[in-house]
Amino acid sequence: MNSMSTGFHPTIAVFKFASCDGCQLSLLDCEDELLALAGAVRIANFQEMSRATIEGPYDIAFVEGSITTSADLERLERIRATSTALITIGACATAGGIQALRNFADVQEYTAAVYPRPEFIRTLATSTPIAEHVRVDFELRGCPINRHQLLEVITAALAGRRPAVPHHSVCAECKQRGTTCVLVAGGTPCLGPVTQAGCGAICPAVGRGCYGCYGPAEAANPRALGDRLLAGGMAPADVTRWFRTFNSAAPAFSKESLRHDPQRQR
Amino acid sequence: MADQFPQPGDDRGAAAGAARIVDGAGLDAVIRGLRGRGYRTVGPAVRDRAISLAEISGVADLPRGWHDSQSPGSYRLTRGTDREIFGWAVGADSVKRQLLPPREVVWRAGASDRLPREEGPAESVPLALVGVRPCEVAALRILDRVLGGGQVADPRYAARRQDLFVCTVECGSPASTCFCTSMGTGPGAESGFDLAITEILEDEEPRYLVRVGSDRGAMVLNEVESRPATPQDEAARQEVLDRAESQMGLRLVTDGLPELLERNLEHPRWDQVASRCLSCGNCTQVCPTCFCVSVEDTTDLGGTVERRRRWASCFEVGHSYIHGGPVRPTTRSRYRQWATHKLGTWHAQFGTSGCVGCGRCIAWCPVGIDLREEVSAIRAGDGLRAAGPRSGGG
Repeated sequence: MNSMSTGFHPTIAVFKFASCDGCQLSLLDCEDELLALAGAVRIANFQEMSRATIEGPYDIAFVEGSITTSADLERLERIRATSTALITIGACATAGGIQALRNFADVQEYTAAVYPRPEFIRTLATSTPIAEHVRVDFELRGCPINRHQLLEVITAALAGRRPAVPHHSVCAECKQRGTTCVLVAGGTPCLGPVTQAGCGAICPAVGRGCYGCYGPAEAANPRALGDRLLAGGMAPADVTRWFRTFNSAAPAFSKESLRHDPQRQR
Repeated sequence: MADQFPQPGDDRGAAAGAARIVDGAGLDAVIRGLRGRGYRTVGPAVRDRAISLAEISGVADLPRGWHDSQSPGSYRLTRGTDREIFGWAVGADSVKRQLLPPREVVWRAGASDRLPREEGPAESVPLALVGVRPCEVAALRILDRVLGGGQVADPRYAARRQDLFVCTVECGSPASTCFCTSMGTGPGAESGFDLAITEILEDEEPRYLVRVGSDRGAMVLNEVESRPATPQDEAARQEVLDRAESQMGLRLVTDGLPELLERNLEHPRWDQVASRCLSCGNCTQVCPTCFCVSVEDTTDLGGTVERRRRWASCFEVGHSYIHGGPVRPTTRSRYRQWATHKLGTWHAQFGTSGCVGCGRCIAWCPVGIDLREEVSAIRAGDGLRAAGPRSGGG
């Protein structure tokens, strides 16, 4: 049953950890549906929209960002305790984000290079996804997430049904929209065969290879793609770079990046 | 060459069986004639660096001078200055998209509807496919068996298929990935068409031998200037087909194939191919006979409910999900399912092979897995078994 027939207006809260806010802004990007959405849910906490907040508990917490400080970890545990459902949105929350590049390096070297007074910076050595710390009810991938998928997750929650969010590769989206394979027909490096669909295969449609923004597809075989990229003339260090962008700490991508990492082969 | 054509009023009857010859202008007239009869004409065109099926309004839209080079995992188009229109092998796109669209709404119900409203095909205009290869015609025949008949006929497919006009062009330019001769589906066309064309390149300007396969085809051809085909024309057609056969890539040996696969389900080759397989599903998406769809129910904020279906793939983990888990949890089990269904169990299910030998799954596999090589490796090691324990589905 949908919200209109049951009168069920769930309270929704949006929380941010280490992230750029782009994913939660996808909610405001739902321009055509925004009024209907505002009528269907009670938005209790959404700092990008309003300073007015309602105390928990919340029916659904959308969590953006990764865990990079011990204070964030405590805040996350409080959010989990006051939320019926916790849904993570975006590559930071589901895989640690681009800031998880620190996981492959020494974070103190980074803070020393970036900040004039690095001794003021209190940060963890790693950037980790939310599901590594608390129970997560659903993960919505992407850097940023796709607003149509976000609406799908919300309408599914309202109706009490499973969201139609496929876990197959980007290739399926290319073929469905009739985009010619950039890897096969152009030799352009592409992560599409190992990346989860959801974006609508935007990059191949304009002749670029997939950057892997949605993280590893189910049953992905990054090793086979890594071999294919090497056979196409890519240097091993560049294969590492390809797998180290927005989802570098996702295990399937991390493993393949380490296989070619010159730092690890010394 | 135009002065060889008889003038209006001369012998213009094109009875079935008697081949005729038209020139490029005649071919154009066939397309325009179909449009005049209300058909939406769809044929090969260069789109996004590949030969795809697109709406065409005349010969000018066809890929004249374009040629392809294909190998496992690779496809390239080049353009020459020659006058050949059909000098290429099939691209990723196939007739499947025209008859079984990648996405469609099955039914829809608004908040105030008492019953869902069935959604028919959006297109009410009949479709004419012009310039599709005999392997595509063979794929249509297979899809007809799977989707068009019996107790589980798909009304959307049937509605699109009902008035479909098929003008095939026999193949003179197979790629190294092609193996239609192995599957008995080409390079010539024997049935399943309204018109069958062969492009003959002996002169600078190609001529087209046209054979009629139906009354509808005869009516369309009758309105076009043509002359009877001579024995020389027939010989030229045979030469095109002979040359195509000689240019075919690796063979796929089909002798006892279903039985071979059935007794080799634990062959170590399945493990080897699984280590190379990306599990991306491209092979199934480009296959003209892979018909699997997934059905998804969605709701929106306004209370509208839709049941949608989309192309699916047996390489998706969820494809074999049954009460708590997938029956085929590994890439090995999923590749094996695809290959053994396509080449083996399809026979028991539908009475034919599911493969037409178009080679799309080979060319468009990003890592170039060659179905022919996989089969020949299993044949060469008939009876081998992978070491170690196996779970049922793994």
